Amino acid sequence: MTNFRIAGKGRVNRSRQIRFTFDGVDYAGCEGDTLASALLANGVHLVGRSFKYHRPRGVLTAGSEEPNALVGTDRGNGRSEPNTRATVLEVFDGLKTESQNRWPSLTRDIGAVNDALSMLFSAGFYYKTFMWPKSFWDKVYEPVIRNAAGLGKAPTAPDPDTYASRFAHCDVLVVGGGAAGLAAALEAGRSGASVILCDEQAELGGSLLSEPAAEINGQLAWDWLEDANAALAAMPNVTVLPRTTAIGYYHQNFVGLCQRLTDHLAIVPEGAPRERMWKLRAKQVVLAQGAIEKPLVFAGNDRPGVMLAGAARTYLNRYGVKVGNRVVVVTTHDSAWHAAFDLAQAGVEVAAIVDVRGTVPSQLAAAADALRIRTLIGWTVTGTKGRLRVSSVRVNPVTNGGKVGAAETIACDALLMSGGWTPSVHLFSHTQGSLTWNEDGQMFLPGRGMEECRLAGAGKGRFGLKAAFEDGAAAGAAAAADAGFGAEPAVYHVEGELSFTGVTGRELPTDRDPGHAKAFVDFQNDVMAKDIRLAVREGFKSIEHIKRYTTTGMATDQGKTSNINGLAVASDALKRPIPAVGLTTFRPPYTPTSFGTFAGYNKGALFEVTRKTPIDAWAEENGAAFEPVSLWRRAWYFPQVGEDMHAAVARECKAVRSSLGIFDASTLGKIEIVGPDAAEFMNRMYTNAWTKLAPGRCRYGLLLGEDGFIRDDGVIGRLAHDRFHVTTSTGGAARVLNMMEDYLQTEWPDLKVWLTSTTEQWSVIALQGPNARKLIEPFVEGIDLSEGAFPHMAVATGKICGVPTRLFRVSFTGELGFEINVPARYGRAVWERLFEAGQRFGITPYGTETMHVLRAEKGYIIVGQDTDGTLTPDDAGLGWAIGKTKPDFVGKRSLSRPDMLAKDRKQLVGLLTTDPKTVLEEGAQIVLDPNQPVPMKMVGHVTSSYWSAELGRSIALAVIQGGRSLQGQTVHVPMPDTVHAATITGMVFVDPENTRLSA
Amino acid sequence: MLLIRCPYCEAERPEVEFTYAGEAHIARPADPSALSDDDWRDFLFIRTNPRGRHFERWRHMHGCGRFFNAVRDTVTDKFAMTYKAGAPRPSDEEIALAASVKEARP
Repeated sequence: MTNFRIAGKGRVNRSRQIRFTFDGVDYAGCEGDTLASALLANGVHLVGRSFKYHRPRGVLTAGSEEPNALVGTDRGNGRSEPNTRATVLEVFDGLKTESQNRWPSLTRDIGAVNDALSMLFSAGFYYKTFMWPKSFWDKVYEPVIRNAAGLGKAPTAPDPDTYASRFAHCDVLVVGGGAAGLAAALEAGRSGASVILCDEQAELGGSLLSEPAAEINGQLAWDWLEDANAALAAMPNVTVLPRTTAIGYYHQNFVGLCQRLTDHLAIVPEGAPRERMWKLRAKQVVLAQGAIEKPLVFAGNDRPGVMLAGAARTYLNRYGVKVGNRVVVVTTHDSAWHAAFDLAQAGVEVAAIVDVRGTVPSQLAAAADALRIRTLIGWTVTGTKGRLRVSSVRVNPVTNGGKVGAAETIACDALLMSGGWTPSVHLFSHTQGSLTWNEDGQMFLPGRGMEECRLAGAGKGRFGLKAAFEDGAAAGAAAAADAGFGAEPAVYHVEGELSFTGVTGRELPTDRDPGHAKAFVDFQNDVMAKDIRLAVREGFKSIEHIKRYTTTGMATDQGKTSNINGLAVASDALKRPIPAVGLTTFRPPYTPTSFGTFAGYNKGALFEVTRKTPIDAWAEENGAAFEPVSLWRRAWYFPQVGEDMHAAVARECKAVRSSLGIFDASTLGKIEIVGPDAAEFMNRMYTNAWTKLAPGRCRYGLLLGEDGFIRDDGVIGRLAHDRFHVTTSTGGAARVLNMMEDYLQTEWPDLKVWLTSTTEQWSVIALQGPNARKLIEPFVEGIDLSEGAFPHMAVATGKICGVPTRLFRVSFTGELGFEINVPARYGRAVWERLFEAGQRFGITPYGTETMHVLRAEKGYIIVGQDTDGTLTPDDAGLGWAIGKTKPDFVGKRSLSRPDMLAKDRKQLVGLLTTDPKTVLEEGAQIVLDPNQPVPMKMVGHVTSSYWSAELGRSIALAVIQGGRSLQGQTVHVPMPDTVHAATITGMVFVDPENTRLSA
Repeated sequence: MLLIRCPYCEAERPEVEFTYAGEAHIARPADPSALSDDDWRDFLFIRTNPRGRHFERWRHMHGCGRFFNAVRDTVTDKFAMTYKAGAPRPSDEEIALAASVKEARP
């Protein structure tokens, strides 16, 4: 294996060797290497296959903008990740990596046939190529395309890592730790402001890490950097966060930071989170994100070995790695010349510098001469060769008139390119900061900002080290001052400044047919210049549409290296200037971010709150199966040994109907409504009349929205003249209280009423069945339970089992029933006492499924199941619950709107299937004529459907257009395999005379 | 995440403490039965949905629980001011004044 490491160059720790694998091959790297630098040090350029055409691809950049070098990583112990950018992945001992989107191997990839067929895969090929026959799309074309295209494979096992998150505040946030960011943080830190400085890389320094020869205030760059690091570390008011990406910038200086904590470690400390999301609120923000180099657009610009010149310079100066033995540089910008000079000085043969510009600064030409580098000024590159690595480059002179002359071929093993630099304005744009086109620099620069934010350095087009230091210091001082801290920016003297002029490259001129040139704009999504021209020819004019049609800029790199080139190609094709073509929107996150970081602690048991009643633990100990009901966990049924749900529910139902069941109803929403105007408030909120309801009595209450549709229901007890105990549906409690508060606070603030949520203050034990009274009578003090004194829909306060109770004589089963409210802390004790004493009646705990069956047998509705926000009281058969003489209540006016009085409204009815064994599916659609052509006219749907053990047959509730007038008629329920017939009935299937309620 | 000033707590708090409650200054008619079907429809459903300045209601749900009103720009998401429920719709001058005070705060 050839070693491309150059003695005396770079910052990596040569004495600390790292062993890692790539595609099963062992390699050595150094501490401080990225996977990309370590592979390049071993002479490996080919690292992956492209998304669409499976073209061999190598490392293009040295930073987070990398579009090509994506690898699958295995960090051990089930920790794996697809599409990791090799340019930011720090190597450690034992790291396993592999190339992606190739089969059977990276060098021999069957999918590469797509490259030969590339004419088939042009822009919009999905919409054109596979139109016929239509039926082939789902079964043939799409699966094949999905299989062939793509990058890495998502892991199938759960992520074993944990993720952390925290909130933080600071006076000044500095994003980016290059020259500008360091200067800003030093300035703000010295002022006394609390400062957070974050940088996505492992160490601070940014471009300084690639500029060891520069001198700052008389110090070599790396010496200055060491002192700066020490100065920041010595300030207690400054927090430095390396390996931390500012991923999103939101309103009021709210910035999301993703801090990577363990990905670079060979041994992850037990319990250490992999990443941490910082939700940071900063008084002032300084964005110093630098600039990203642009590739040039020419045929064959994507071969392994073709790389950005700045990246090659970074690999040389920072990592001590030469990217080839014989390189050619092609550029429209001065900066690439410096890469050539550095490489030549390090002993690399620079075969030629091709500069597309007609003239270049004279000092550059002179320096090239001194190094005996051949320069081709005013030349172009028209092609490259080399299957798995570039082997030669085809160059041509271009005359003043733009005529491309005869080609010459130059052998090389690396081709370095630069099309100039694009300021990183991504975060600035996240907060709707406007961008303006700078014609001189051919770049978008930040315009009007929306936040307390400054930009500094190359990120706002101020290129060069001196400019970056001065701009950063000024921004840091000003930000600190705006945050209330005095600061005077320091002065910086910089020697060894690079020449930094250039033009933005259009697609390079060629003597060949540009319509056949494989000149890539977006490397990651395999979009070529000719694709963009095709989109324009087909009528796309907006860059947002061109982007979506060609997919340029839509890959995981969000077009960091490609957007401006794509825009330039579109601008040329449209013959409109770049600012008129527009810019696509930048959106968070700045770089790909793991889902785990966003989820943070909110996974598994912490994904959402699980509310449990005081009796929940008893249910668990007694083998209950549970179901979620809104945020509550409720006992669903209590299976005995060998029972399935069906058998358990049938047994529980039978127990309630024949003797006694016990049910935890604690989740019922409860609101205490108190005050001199409590009855008036109830009159206005609920449809029913409350004035005449005597204390000690209950009433079924129906709540509408102002639109007249049912919102909630529940039994409401009047405890005193000025006190109501309101119950709501389990899921509706918070919503109902919010609605009541809204009316009370904003519409009727004159009413003297107070609302209190008491849901969690009471445990509610429902005892239902003919033996319910017999069981509780001995335990109750202070309440006469006889039928005459305490009839159905009575409420009283007293004691049960020695503790205070609000005892309701209510039934959601149709049986004699009580709902025993006791203070929550006594709930389990009372439950256990009653359960023990109930053994002589065969007392049976039942869950929500049995509760549903029993209520459906009685035609009692569940709001949200049998109603869906489009049912009026009359639709639901609840017209009787409306206080007809009341002048007003919420929703009353809507009930007389013409639509609400229409004859063909859907009405709630009962359904009995012709085959009694058939249990309809809830949600199934209903038709009148099963033989009508498809699409059939649907007249309604099944809302509730159960097996009734009591009746020995199925029962169902349904909403059907004009259903009540269709009693006795047969309707049909078409299902995929058959059609069920059913007869429309009333809603009450069991004990329609309600004799059992008073048993 | 926005910061919202609760006019009852007299403090800025993060958006997660609040819930949105629709357009402001749409009072429920004193006698809905006196309204025509069209007028009642307008009360129920018709909203201004402006591009720019919007008068809207919020509730400090996980704080004091009070409903209040706010002036927010629907383009920039910036709050010009918040004020108590029942207070009249602020004038342009009042909104400009409130916004300028806010800008001037260090």
